[in-house]
Amino acid sequence: MADSTIAIILRIILGGAVLAALLVFSIGTAVAVATQGQGLGILSVADWLAIRFTLWQACISAGLSVGIAIPVARALARQSFIGRQGLITLLGAPFILPVIVGVLGLLAVFGRAGWISDFLTWAGFARLSIYGPPGVILAHVFFNLPLATRFLLQGWAAVPAERFRVVHSLAASPWAYFRLIEWPLLRTVLPGAFLLIFLLCLTSFAVALAVGGGPKGTTIELAIYQAFRLDFDLSKAASLAVVQFSLCGGVAVLAFLVPLPQTDGLGLDRLPQRFDAYGHRTADCIWIFCATAFLVMPLSAILFRGVGHIHNLPHQVIVASLTSLLIALTSTIVCIAMALSLALTFACRGIAARNLAEGVGILGLATSPLVVGTGLFLMIFPFAQPMIFAVPITASVNAMMALPFALRVLMPAVREIYTDYLHLRCSLNMTQWVWLSRIVLPRLRRPLGFAAGLAVALSMGDLGVIALFSDPDLQTLPLMLYRLMGAYRMDQAAGVAVVLVAQSLVLFWIFDRGGRGYVGSK
Amino acid sequence: MTTTAVAETPVLTILTYDSFVSDWGPGPAVEAAFEATCGCDLRMVGAGDGAALLARLKLEGSRSDADVILGLDTNLMVAAADTGLFAPISITANYAVPGGWADPYFAPFDWGYFAFVKNAELETPTNFRALADSDLKIVIQDPRSSTPGLGLLMWVKAAYGVDAADVWTDLADNIVTVTAGWSEAYGMFLEGEADLVLSYTTSPAYHLIAEGDASKSFAVFDEGHYMQIEVAGKLASSDQSALADQFLQFMVSDVFQSIIPTTNWMFPAVTPAAGLPEGFPKALSAKQSLIFSPTEAAALRNVALVEWQTALSQ
Amino acid sequence: MLALNKVRFQQGDFVLSADFLVPTGARVAVIGPSGGGKSTFLNGIAGFIAADAGKVLWDGEVMPDHPGRRPLSILFQDNNLFPHLSVMDNVAVGISPDMRLSQAQREKVSAALDQVGLADKSATYPRDLSGGQLGRVGLARVLLRQRPLLLLDEPFSALGPALKDEMLDVLRGILDATATTALMVTHDPKDALAFANQAILVADRCATAPQPIQQLFKAPPPALRAYLGSRT
Repeated sequence: MADSTIAIILRIILGGAVLAALLVFSIGTAVAVATQGQGLGILSVADWLAIRFTLWQACISAGLSVGIAIPVARALARQSFIGRQGLITLLGAPFILPVIVGVLGLLAVFGRAGWISDFLTWAGFARLSIYGPPGVILAHVFFNLPLATRFLLQGWAAVPAERFRVVHSLAASPWAYFRLIEWPLLRTVLPGAFLLIFLLCLTSFAVALAVGGGPKGTTIELAIYQAFRLDFDLSKAASLAVVQFSLCGGVAVLAFLVPLPQTDGLGLDRLPQRFDAYGHRTADCIWIFCATAFLVMPLSAILFRGVGHIHNLPHQVIVASLTSLLIALTSTIVCIAMALSLALTFACRGIAARNLAEGVGILGLATSPLVVGTGLFLMIFPFAQPMIFAVPITASVNAMMALPFALRVLMPAVREIYTDYLHLRCSLNMTQWVWLSRIVLPRLRRPLGFAAGLAVALSMGDLGVIALFSDPDLQTLPLMLYRLMGAYRMDQAAGVAVVLVAQSLVLFWIFDRGGRGYVGSK
Repeated sequence: MTTTAVAETPVLTILTYDSFVSDWGPGPAVEAAFEATCGCDLRMVGAGDGAALLARLKLEGSRSDADVILGLDTNLMVAAADTGLFAPISITANYAVPGGWADPYFAPFDWGYFAFVKNAELETPTNFRALADSDLKIVIQDPRSSTPGLGLLMWVKAAYGVDAADVWTDLADNIVTVTAGWSEAYGMFLEGEADLVLSYTTSPAYHLIAEGDASKSFAVFDEGHYMQIEVAGKLASSDQSALADQFLQFMVSDVFQSIIPTTNWMFPAVTPAAGLPEGFPKALSAKQSLIFSPTEAAALRNVALVEWQTALSQ
Repeated sequence: MLALNKVRFQQGDFVLSADFLVPTGARVAVIGPSGGGKSTFLNGIAGFIAADAGKVLWDGEVMPDHPGRRPLSILFQDNNLFPHLSVMDNVAVGISPDMRLSQAQREKVSAALDQVGLADKSATYPRDLSGGQLGRVGLARVLLRQRPLLLLDEPFSALGPALKDEMLDVLRGILDATATTALMVTHDPKDALAFANQAILVADRCATAPQPIQQLFKAPPPALRAYLGSRT
């Protein structure tokens, strides 16, 4: 009994330490920022307009993503066609797609020199212009529409098959179908999905940096970056960071009240019922086609343009690739270690502790990378050159950003193991070591692989803190891509984009595959 | 100990803007020419566009590894000197810079006139008001990160004074995007993403001389063109002070100055013995040249920036 | 009369054929080993699975394609009710899925609830009802719809013995009053005997014609004997 008490205490200390570290990282940096900031008085009119724009675009982006996701998810839920499963898998891709690559692809399709503009000119119309608010919103919808669609599909999958049959056997009209099946489903899923996407758009940086088009498309994150890198106005950066932290905190409190959708991507594979599709085929096909084209075209544009230029990339691409790899692997190890400690400590400690851990997850989601970056910068600056710590800081901030997602995958898995096997452990009188090494970790292999895959891909694609801390000699692949775009070497940028996407996907695949075990073994 | 110290080649680090160190910029030729005489390793580091250099310098403070900052201009000189990070220099040359040159901290290496570059056949307005009234699309640079961007603020201020804010409000819908640096803006223009791009009167010469392409010209504005004088200075924290002085003197020498016209596409600060290349444009008349003194520009910068930011945020 | 005219139902790799009549008013138990196709059989008659050969007829006419136009009601083991609707509305969807009721329809709904003993629960939501009460709401909807054919897919198998008997009583009351033809899938021979006078055996990809249930249990064919085990 004694050793298990020690083990429990150890575990609580470990979990507590992780919690404390997270609090220092999120709240601590915010305090550092708040003490440096000189209040809201120093914010200019343009800063306030940036704050207004941030809220406005997050609202519109989340509203559009969720709104368009409804017909798309409905179409996917009730139509069966060849490639349906592949399309649903593809919906998961933008989540791990580096933001800057997506932006480059959107420019290639929707930009003034893009495919659609070419077509419009040919047809005698004016070219599109996506720099500014339209571009920011377009990019946010590109990244979040698939997310919202997946949440809604999960909602559809959670409706019992019998309920659809009851409705069909009642010869329900479309309106009745909506009232009986869709309305309750949407009411459950939509608020959480909206809130989550709102939060993601609130802390958007790379999109505004690349297509914001100047002051009219500046988000708070971008304003923080500019206060730093362009004005070197630390107190303004700090004041903006305080605003950002309060906004995110406010939304996080809301998120605590509204259940956020799960992000583990399970339960999406139920096939449609025979009569679901009745009479909606044309409309549904149009929705599915448009959504697919919207998601696939930008990626294909990059691939087409980039593949031919991989061979003449600047040689720095190798160093950048290794730097990205180093940061991504470090942050994955840190992220998984934190998520595992939290999950093992809190999964079975009752509701309160579990809420605490979930809250920390939301905290991670609501923490803006640039606020943390600013805070760390201010803490280090009086003592040393913050740029020296660019790599460890980027790795740990990335780990924290991926933590909520890892936690959402691991937490339910750990809970399940404890519910299913704890009695076995007691009856067999297993030691802590055997329990962890023979039961818990092997059972966790699959969710661990998936969580690590997410963490590594998110970190690979991140362009945030590294932009704040980088010096000219240090660059990751996303930063190199951004700099090439800055030099308007679009062919090489597309080439780097291909390298970056390939590296992200391969790493995700290795981890996820590793979690599933080797082919042929059980 | 002594042997290693002797064997070690001194390294001179120059912080400059990106396009200066690019393959087609002056960087490679300058590096080769200076290293041939200095017995040192010249390391040029690109850190964004011109105005970002100053922010970076403030950020690094006296911890900076850089010895020389190359690529600020007269609009930023006072702010740069106020950081107290620069050491006085004594460089002498027979400057061809309009208005002459005398400054304790900075020496000029080239100069030019800002202008909107366009395709030659495009009919363009001849002042900012008319440009704002037109449907033409322009790309400009961010005044906080780019010296052309800041130069444009000064240009509008010099031409319109207290009405500058109105001009910006009217111009807002002509602006396709605001880029962080000159390269991105110019690249976008070349790919057809805008009708006009903020650059220099000397930019069309690049297409004519380097590419034999006469299709580009600049829009002549009747309110005049704002001038830019690009400068370099030595950091007080430099551990290669003598070498830095040597470089700055080299900068105004004939070797360096001969490289400038056809790599940086600006007027050299000291006219090379061989003169300017064939096809290079003439300087504008004094009446057409606008410029604020460094002190005036420093006093105007924040006001102009707030006007610009506010007008473009709407 | 329900007629299955050389019908073949296919669901994935699974194929089930049937060719027989079920007389009007019959109470038929559908029995057989699990995985034998009992639910496929019921879903085929309901129209959720299309017949890829043969015809399903009611009173000499081919049944419409859409389940909602077939002259039948169906009750599942779970999820017959909509959790976000009141008991009243859950019953009302049986005649008006839009839940826009005339006064006369409203009275009918109340009468149906009264008949299953839930008159006082009409404003309650399903989450506040017991298992037996949930079953009664489902039966009230069936009662209200007044369709000549009723399909039951193990509707009471999650209930305890006493409750199950009670529900069977309510069901019998409804059937006696309306001469409804009823087919009930069950895996419990006792339920089958208590409810039905005939039985359809579904095994080996084939549904056999209804036979008197006592007779079937007395002399079970090999497939049924294997399913029932040593109990007979």
